[in-house]
Amino acid sequence: MTSVLIVDDSKLARIVVGKAVTALQPDWTRLEAGNADEALALLESHPVDVLILDFNMPGKNGLELAEELRGRHPEMPIALATANVQDEVIARARAAGATFVPKPITEDALRGFLSGAALKLRATGS
Amino acid sequence: MTAPPIFLEPLEVDALTELVNIGVSRAAASLRLMVGRQVLLSVPSVEVISRSAAATLMAEREIGRLVAVRQEFTGAFSGQALLIFPETNSLTLVRAVTGDELSDNELASLEEEALAETGNVVLNNCLATMANMLQRPLEMSLPGVLRDQSAHLFELDPAGGDAGVALFLYINFAIAERDIRGYIAVLMDLPSLDALKELVSEFITRVVGPEAEAGR
Repeated sequence: MTSVLIVDDSKLARIVVGKAVTALQPDWTRLEAGNADEALALLESHPVDVLILDFNMPGKNGLELAEELRGRHPEMPIALATANVQDEVIARARAAGATFVPKPITEDALRGFLSGAALKLRATGS
Repeated sequence: MTAPPIFLEPLEVDALTELVNIGVSRAAASLRLMVGRQVLLSVPSVEVISRSAAATLMAEREIGRLVAVRQEFTGAFSGQALLIFPETNSLTLVRAVTGDELSDNELASLEEEALAETGNVVLNNCLATMANMLQRPLEMSLPGVLRDQSAHLFELDPAGGDAGVALFLYINFAIAERDIRGYIAVLMDLPSLDALKELVSEFITRVVGPEAEAGR
């Protein structure tokens, strides 16, 4: 069973991302966190295969969280969702091995990332 | 001044904050193209407060004179959007957007125009994103540049004083290596707030679905 953790300080954004994930990968389990600290706590207590992170959040932002988690989970598919298409943000996301997904999130925007993640998980047998 | 009424439902505040966040993130990306440096954003806050309280919030952050680029918008909801800087940052910003190529005299003569254009790009990005997501067109006036203390920037009508409530959307930003900081504020009066509340509620239904909203 694949599980995806959605981290966004906006409840509405979590609902929208959750709906898109359900439409594209109906069998996946969804977990939600409202900030980076909640996400880190959930990662301790639950198995998580895929991460979708909002960029601009109170406390630690999504990029900082991605960079921190990349050390511990070198193979985990991570997406960074933001409308902030500045070169520096995209470059840092890429350096952290995170896929850039434009906000507002739609099924189309998530499709590539989720199917890539599903392939990668099948290939590594998790 | 009486306490502002509890006006927006929690999910409506959440949705509006997210709309502002997306709009301002796009505005920051445009500003980044203009200044050639990364633009850093705070997490936005959305509050329904009085205009005088909005002025107090600004005054707590900035003690000196401010310069603001102000645009009126009209449509399903109407109001004013402001891009605000400390006045001492004004020339630095103009230097940043004109690419360091101008003499001080040229800079001074271009200042108003460059500020207005910067404000135009940032505020239009922000408002247009909101208008698109709410599926209602907004007309934007030409930008005007104001210089004043914070209290006067938030007066809807210079003769009308600061009575009434306003939606105060607030985000601050900084430009890397340039020591420039600024704020974006959007002010609306009560009838526009009512119209906006309705549109945000429609937006939530559209993206969440009626069944999900009924369960909350």
